[in-house]
Amino acid sequence: MLDIQNAFKIFEKGTAIEHTALNHLNLHLDKGEFVTIIGSNGAGKSTLFNAICGTFLLNEGRILLDGQDITGQKEHRRALSIGRVFQDPMKGTAPNMTIEENLSLAYSRAYSRPLSFAPSRKQIALFRERIAEFGMNLEDRMKTKVGRLSGGQRQAVTLLMCTIVPPKLLLLDEHTAALDPATADKVMEITRRTVDQYHLTTLMITHNMASALAIGTRTVMMEAGAILFDISGEERSGTTVDDLLHLYADLRHQALDNDRMLLQSKA
Amino acid sequence: MKLLIGSLQLGLLYGILALGIYISFRILSIPDLTTEGSFAFGLSVSAAITAAGHPVLAIFAAMAAGALAGSVTGLLQTRFGIHPILSGIITMSGLYSINLAVLGGSPNLSLVRAATLFKLFPFMSKNDAMTVLPIAAALLFLTLVILFFHTHVGMCIRAVGDNEDMVRASSINVNACKVLSFSVSNALVALSGALIAQYQGYADISSSTGILVVGLASVIIGEAMFGRRSVTIGFISAVAGSLIYRYIIALATRYSPLPAYMLKLVSAVIVALALAIPALRQNMKEARQKEGGKAHA
Ligand SMILES: Nc1ncnc2c1ncn2[C@@H]1O[C@H](COP(=O)(O)OP(=O)(O)O)[C@@H](O)[C@H]1O
Ligand SMILES: [Mg+2]
Repeated sequence: MLDIQNAFKIFEKGTAIEHTALNHLNLHLDKGEFVTIIGSNGAGKSTLFNAICGTFLLNEGRILLDGQDITGQKEHRRALSIGRVFQDPMKGTAPNMTIEENLSLAYSRAYSRPLSFAPSRKQIALFRERIAEFGMNLEDRMKTKVGRLSGGQRQAVTLLMCTIVPPKLLLLDEHTAALDPATADKVMEITRRTVDQYHLTTLMITHNMASALAIGTRTVMMEAGAILFDISGEERSGTTVDDLLHLYADLRHQALDNDRMLLQSKA
Repeated sequence: MKLLIGSLQLGLLYGILALGIYISFRILSIPDLTTEGSFAFGLSVSAAITAAGHPVLAIFAAMAAGALAGSVTGLLQTRFGIHPILSGIITMSGLYSINLAVLGGSPNLSLVRAATLFKLFPFMSKNDAMTVLPIAAALLFLTLVILFFHTHVGMCIRAVGDNEDMVRASSINVNACKVLSFSVSNALVALSGALIAQYQGYADISSSTGILVVGLASVIIGEAMFGRRSVTIGFISAVAGSLIYRYIIALATRYSPLPAYMLKLVSAVIVALALAIPALRQNMKEARQKEGGKAHA
């Protein structure tokens, strides 16, 4: 479903702060796979999502979605088949518009008659039904401005916006990290149910190693703009958080050692 | 009474300007300096075509001219990445020459002998038409913009002003939305200029100087009365604000010792004060907190 080939991205090229954010990264996802991504801060996880969504263009490499080459496609064109939820609950919704208006906007992916009134009664009925499945009592607040909702409620609305028209690819970027633990669990549960129900091909970034292993079908660790390891199936079910932590620590040390060696060789 | 009727007529005609300003200033949150140019563009296109004997065509042509000016600004901002304020200034400056050209090289044109819209109705005197037409036009366009901003495209435009990234992430072309809303906004501004030219019976390009501040003042006065709630209320309050603004100006010209040429300064001060109120409130609050802190220490 998703095929990232040799993705390479360098920021601020030719300046003192030149930074290789994606370093010849390769990743392939089959249809219906649910991949969790872990990795230290600055590893390039969000940058990978930005590349997939078209926030910037790659310096090298190709991105294919469902067999179609989207490497040079405009951001809003790609959004037709990609849904993305950010860590920041403010990012995914328009605060001064109501829940139903936000959903109606997201629904343009499937249905768009520019000069008909929006949201239509039929749409509102659909939205109510879908949001009721979350069990957060949001179906009675369809005319509430999203800015008045709590972070967890906003993330739930964003998640529904991203899946109201099932996307070919769902990207979740630490979407529960800004929430309190109980709310985070609730939003994660909704996420899991939605992905299951619509068989969504999903990439989820998380800093929570336990959820990275517990949720989804495959786990990938990123470091320095590339994929360090990629586990699935039995190998993954045999892996504990401790195993991951060890691996993680080892790799960080290794990276530090490499840096030190680099410094010494320069000196 | 005459003063009231006069400000009603002008207030409604400039109310259409306020609708346009509300779109750029409040819905998109981008103050659009094209306004000064597109108001004069509407004014001069309307005057030139009316003088040639087509007062109705003049109105439509003026709106098209305004829409064109707005889309130029929109394209400069989106396609060419020029700063929004600067884009407006560029279009406005360019329009200055175009407007003079439209009026045949002179900065003003008299329509005294031309058949304006206001003389067009056999069953209405010109005086009556000068009240009836502004009411009809303001109501018509108020209704149209309110309806438009409840359609799907209108909703997308509102969302662009609220959270651009989210709109893009919903697969909607943000740039197209912006260009469209600048067109609509400036079409209304030009329409206001077009009606004013025919209403006054002459077009004077210099009358567009400071017109953006006039529109902003109307929007702000309207919000002071109705509060900031929904677009529907926003549009209604913009027109209401324009009516009140005209009434204040009429009173001021009549009774204040200030000469008429001081009016723009007065408007500028009103707008600056109104826009400064949130910051002033904040300052006062902080000052009070500091004092409170001292008292406790
Ligand atoms: N637009 C940008 N311009 C310059 N540097 C960037 C940009 N986006 C990301 N980076 C850099 O790329 C690196 C990876 O960032 P990111 O992908 O956000 O990391 P994370 O894995 O924590 O999500 C960071 O060092 C960040 O500073
Ligand atoms: Mg990140």
